[in-house]
Amino acid sequence: MTKQEALYKYSIRLGDDALILGHRLSELCSRSPFIEEDLALTNISLDLIGRAQALLGFAAEIEGKGKDADFLAYRRPEIEYQNHLLNEQPNGDFAFTIARQFFVSAFEFLFYSELEKSKDANLAAIASKAIKEIKYHQQHAAEWVIRLGDGTEKSHAKMQHAIDELWMWTGELFEMDEVENLLIKEGIGVDLVPLKAAWYNQIQTILTEATLSMPEDGYMQTGGRKGVHTENLGHILSEMQYLQRAYPDATW
Amino acid sequence: MVTDNHISVIEVYNLISDIPDPEIPVITIKDLGMLRKVDFADDNYVVTITPTYTACPAMKMIEDQIKERLHEHHIDNVKVNLTYTPAWTTDWLSEEAKQKMREYGIAPPTHSSCSKLFAVEEHIQCPQCKSKNSSVISKFGSTACKALYKCNDCKEVFDYFKCH
Repeated sequence: MTKQEALYKYSIRLGDDALILGHRLSELCSRSPFIEEDLALTNISLDLIGRAQALLGFAAEIEGKGKDADFLAYRRPEIEYQNHLLNEQPNGDFAFTIARQFFVSAFEFLFYSELEKSKDANLAAIASKAIKEIKYHQQHAAEWVIRLGDGTEKSHAKMQHAIDELWMWTGELFEMDEVENLLIKEGIGVDLVPLKAAWYNQIQTILTEATLSMPEDGYMQTGGRKGVHTENLGHILSEMQYLQRAYPDATW
Repeated sequence: MVTDNHISVIEVYNLISDIPDPEIPVITIKDLGMLRKVDFADDNYVVTITPTYTACPAMKMIEDQIKERLHEHHIDNVKVNLTYTPAWTTDWLSEEAKQKMREYGIAPPTHSSCSKLFAVEEHIQCPQCKSKNSSVISKFGSTACKALYKCNDCKEVFDYFKCH
């Protein structure tokens, strides 16, 4: 694998993470528990889709085959998508949406803080922009975890259930393969090993404040970075890509 | 720089600097710090703009407005570049811009963008009655760059331009 190929894959992966979670959150538009929360979740969705646009646009540029961000978003099949499986998990009830957001944004805060130091100027620029937005996402999710965890008996139980159920998708966040290893050597990619402990600590701090317990480490699901997805991604793509599949090159 | 048709990049900059922000029409793209610079390269005027937020939906409109404005002055060799670096910050807002925002009914950002994680922005001054007895309703408001607050004195709900 050349550095160029690794950089392409890396940008695709990060772009897919943002796009798929952004799409998931966009499904909640007009369906959130109340209007302020509707605005919050769709604002976060917009931030993620904007980031995806920048990252996929950069990937298309690296590939140099005349594609663009839209082409990569709307014309790739499931197996070519490389997002984390956590990001494609269904919204479930509000506790699930928040738990997913809580795990992902805590990870993203640590990840993009490091990526800001990347030797690749494009990735560093996107990261420095993203990190400002992620701070708001992380704060939003953590506040809800505390409010629901330390709330009523019912909200506590639902929040704990969501945290426990989604836990097995978090192991994948810290996996690395030849793409990461090559780019870490070049000073471009982020080493995920030191991030894991920091992430774990942050999650634990918030869960403690929320009177929730940390799930026990057990079996961790994997596959997203290899294009092996849960059944959820197919459903997302069938909706997201419908128009371009039915009417290729449609514009308005 | 003076080009063939004797329009300098400074003149081009001045021609477009008063284009209003589509969301907050009382302040310009220059006031906001979105208009970064104008260069001349390969027979084109290259206008560099930066988004407030990554997915700022106003960017396309601003790009179109820049081209339209310059077209009115018979300048058509224009390229608009989008840059993410240096990342836009509310620190670039001029005092004048903040005053215009206040008069428009939006509370301007109170401090530097380097706010800590989990910092709560409190005591935001109500742009209507000037009371600082306010509380946050939602950190995510009507656009990506704003939060929603309410004044506990005059009871008015208002937008707050978030520190960024």
